[in-house]
Amino acid sequence: MSLLEVASLTVTSSDGVARVRDVSFTVEPGERLGLIGESGSGKSLTAFAVIGLLPAGLTATGSVVLDGTQIVGAPEKHLVPLRGRVGAFIFQEPLTALDPLMKLGRQLAEPIARHQGLRGQELKHAILDALDEVRLPEPERIAASRSYEISGGQRQRVAIAMALACRPRLLIADEPTTALDVTVQSEVLALLDRLVADRDMALIFVSHDLAVVSRMTDHALVMQAGEAVERGSIQTLLTSPQHPYTAAFAASAYRIETGFAAAIANGQDQ
Amino acid sequence: MTAILGLDDVSYAYRGARPGRYAVQGVSFAIETGLNTGLVGESGSGKSTLIKLLLGLMRPTTGRIVFDGDPLDLGDRAQMRVFRRSVQTVFQDPYSSLDPRQRVGRIVSEPVRSLQIASGREADALVAEALQSVGLPADAASRYPHEFSGGQRQRIAIARAIVSRPRVLLADEPVSALDVITRSQVIALLGELGARRDLTVLMVSHDLGVVGALCQRTIVLQGGRIVEQGPTSGVLGAPREPYTQQLLASVPRLPQIRPGPG
Repeated sequence: MSLLEVASLTVTSSDGVARVRDVSFTVEPGERLGLIGESGSGKSLTAFAVIGLLPAGLTATGSVVLDGTQIVGAPEKHLVPLRGRVGAFIFQEPLTALDPLMKLGRQLAEPIARHQGLRGQELKHAILDALDEVRLPEPERIAASRSYEISGGQRQRVAIAMALACRPRLLIADEPTTALDVTVQSEVLALLDRLVADRDMALIFVSHDLAVVSRMTDHALVMQAGEAVERGSIQTLLTSPQHPYTAAFAASAYRIETGFAAAIANGQDQ
Repeated sequence: MTAILGLDDVSYAYRGARPGRYAVQGVSFAIETGLNTGLVGESGSGKSTLIKLLLGLMRPTTGRIVFDGDPLDLGDRAQMRVFRRSVQTVFQDPYSSLDPRQRVGRIVSEPVRSLQIASGREADALVAEALQSVGLPADAASRYPHEFSGGQRQRIAIARAIVSRPRVLLADEPVSALDVITRSQVIALLGELGARRDLTVLMVSHDLGVVGALCQRTIVLQGGRIVEQGPTSGVLGAPREPYTQQLLASVPRLPQIRPGPG
């Protein structure tokens, strides 16, 4: 059985406009899938719908079966046990995920305590281990800090630690590095890559950036204006795209890449 | 090669900053005619401070801004008029940089009016020509910004920037708010404008890929200081400084395409 089965998913806003139309795909345990598209393509809404986190005013129809549970139309109390344990979410802006008034260690304690049933010293150790695992320096200091006291890259690492605290089987990352500087992005991508591999998690990686997606997965679903236009290996999407939109998207990404590669090659020749 | 605009040993400290704490420190470089220049750095590197200095919006704490060989004097009205006409700018976000209540024609003609370059029919002709140069339809002038997509809005902002026929365009992250397809089109447009209108672009960007695609010269900034500068091919192809090497290694790249048949 697939870990995630999305069939004919449609997301409609309150004014009756379909923002996602008839999208179907599956994710197997341990599989990685990129969701690629530009702004307004519906890639983030699709990701939200998978875990039942659609913003108010948006309604999903169709079917989303996550680990055997139907998400579409399910009451909130059926979704709560799934979040964190089966599917966890990393947002683009880590400040969205973190409470500015609560020390980071305490925020991290909640999912760990609930999932692993730890208390006292054991819980404290588990929190520091979780911060250590996302390669944060001085875990004690970070645990005692609030979200505004640390850098953007460190915040995203804390958000990753929280998302992973309940050992989810599916990690959904929505543009997790778009708000970060390029050197920080590179470190966070490497960290995610390693964590997902070590724990044999499935990953849905949402991004507008083909190069970033290709760093994390070799398979992607291309979305445009609410529809899934093509699914395939990144190599195939780049070399023999079936849909005109994929072709235009790939060509644009390559035009910039080629200019960059040429600039580098010129310098190396000299 | 002639330098149009440059900085000569410029440092800048914001008011209220701790003593000795400079946003930029000891920065010297020149924008030379025909050589698009990329200013690369991460958050806190001083990119935005440099743009404000180059636009003549603030005075350096020490050092000087050099325009056409003369020190720029923000109090010299005659010199500033020539300067404003010659140095124009495009901002990052085309959604906040265009007044939603003004028609595109009025937005684009703003520099023409405020710099008293032309009026009436003559001004309309300049606006029409600028809109055409950036690939917008002639009827765009009578429409409002909300009727345009992000990429088209950035074209409107570019039209406004080039309408006074400037020699330097300071572009602060001009494509980072745009989708990839529009992004490569706007980069191509900036490259073309340079060739067609004797316009030299100074582009601030965190994206080395975009800089490599547009700029002949590259300046790398870190913590308010220049780490490395030179021809883009040298800086990107054979970087000497460890920080530049780290930046380059961090750029996400597309997988190499296996050569297909034909």
